[in-house]
Amino acid sequence: MLNSTLTELSAALAGRQLSSVELTSAFLNRIKELNPRLNAFITVDEGHSLAEAKASDARRAQAAAGPLEGIPIAHKDIFCTRGLRTTCGSRMLAQFDSPYDAHVIERFAAAGAVMLGKTNMDEFAMGSSNETSWFGPVRNPWDTGLVPGGSSGGSAAAVAARLAPAATGTDTGGSIRQPAALTGTCGLKPTYGVVSRYGMIAFASSLDQGGPLAKSAADLALLMNAMAGFDARDSTSLERPAEDYGRELNLELKGLRIGLPKEYFGDGLQPEVRARVEEAVRWFQGHGAKTVEIALPNTGLAVPVYYVIAPAEASSNLSRFDGVRYGHRAKDYSDLADLYRRTRAEGFGAEVKRRILIGTYVLSHGYYDAYYLQAQKIRRLIARDFAEAFRQCDLVMGPTSPTTAFALGAKADDPVQMYLNDIFTIPAPLAGLPGLSIPCGFDAAGLPVGLQIMGNYFAEAKMLGAAHRYQQATDWHLRVPAGTPL
Amino acid sequence: MSLTLEQVQRIAHLARIAVSPEEIHGVMERLNRVLVLIDQLQAVDTTGIEPMAHALDAETGVVQRRRADAVTEPDRRAVFQACAPAAEAGLYLVPKVIE
Repeated sequence: MLNSTLTELSAALAGRQLSSVELTSAFLNRIKELNPRLNAFITVDEGHSLAEAKASDARRAQAAAGPLEGIPIAHKDIFCTRGLRTTCGSRMLAQFDSPYDAHVIERFAAAGAVMLGKTNMDEFAMGSSNETSWFGPVRNPWDTGLVPGGSSGGSAAAVAARLAPAATGTDTGGSIRQPAALTGTCGLKPTYGVVSRYGMIAFASSLDQGGPLAKSAADLALLMNAMAGFDARDSTSLERPAEDYGRELNLELKGLRIGLPKEYFGDGLQPEVRARVEEAVRWFQGHGAKTVEIALPNTGLAVPVYYVIAPAEASSNLSRFDGVRYGHRAKDYSDLADLYRRTRAEGFGAEVKRRILIGTYVLSHGYYDAYYLQAQKIRRLIARDFAEAFRQCDLVMGPTSPTTAFALGAKADDPVQMYLNDIFTIPAPLAGLPGLSIPCGFDAAGLPVGLQIMGNYFAEAKMLGAAHRYQQATDWHLRVPAGTPL
Repeated sequence: MSLTLEQVQRIAHLARIAVSPEEIHGVMERLNRVLVLIDQLQAVDTTGIEPMAHALDAETGVVQRRRADAVTEPDRRAVFQACAPAAEAGLYLVPKVIE
């Protein structure tokens, strides 16, 4: 049961072989057993989850149910939830009880899903290792001395160790795809505007996008069907007809044009990551796909562009944390200005403060044009690179992350080393494009490698289709870490 | 370019974040490492390139939606103030600003 896909669990629930209470209890028990070692969850409320499961079973007894009815799902602690504490991995919100639900939470509730708990994350989603969380680092189930990636590291570790059948995450520069790659799970960052940001605590608003993490591409499609959709409360939410993200799961691979950006296969790529990704590409070639070498010449500028734009937006977004309306307030202060300064010094961790300071600097008088405006111009060059590439190919493939999981503490002291880790995941959100990571094998140390599949705007169904075809022929996505056996 | 101690203090003031004398050198050192990274952008010729402010303005022609200038939200002040560190009679309490 713990290693079943959502489709299988859904069928078992529909066939009355399993109740939501039984299913939810099984995962709650596994969390109780393994979370002390992994720290994947910040908040779990068994009574709350079981009450939701019981209500789901009652609904099922009354009427026909949708595919997610009764399925327990873990939510990244960046989504505001009325019933469970919302911390965003920060001391600033360590005691915060949200007065409302995020749109994504409402959508899963409407689909009948059960909330399994809130997952650990880098503070305010700023990090690539989950080490910046106020609640301590998440450990990688494949090797607990290693990081799970970030910022949705708790969600990825929870799915990898089968503490949850699926989870939500958010991706600003790779925060769904990179932890998915480092934990052997699947994660999708949708096209910007497809999933509402309402109630999703803001980091960099022109980049932030919610998305699902799960064991398989088919499961991601089911989750997207619930998560995606117009919401008037997010001014960037797109008004588009509802789509079935599973409609292309039987994608015809013959003639599919796969673009291979030469910049994604250069120096600095771990040789085994390259080998596994190339093997996956050969599998697609063997099934009729054609590969095209493409160029994304501004790839090397993506990280510096991101570290201007994201901190600039973060410095503005996080100005709301002032110790007045909600969140942490310093105990000792001399006046109002001192209250702000001390509250923010105490409430934010070092990485969050660093990004606020960078953002404040690049937006300040005299530097705005040189940094912020210049970064926005180069952002357009990066988007144009992709537009040109998608004239020559249907999908782009490459590595998700240049290396497999690294040791806890290995990069914690050098922000730039940590930032460069996201070189292959940052370009897609800068362009607003969707990106997907799926497991494609292991390195010599037994650590998972992620294959990244990028598509044009709104090409999620096609990306998931390609991934699903690959997963019907391989079982990388069903492997379970030896340290967390079923 | 590299930030001086005075500049770091100025930025910290603008961001309303207290930085103690013990930590300021470490903060400056790491900020300067990040500046080396982002200074790479200065070498790029962007003459005639429009800044990209919205993630979808490049190819999809998406424009941000407008809505009617009408009240759509009910009054939920009491609920929203329940999570405030200090509130009274519908007001947020802060230290006295004017004597």
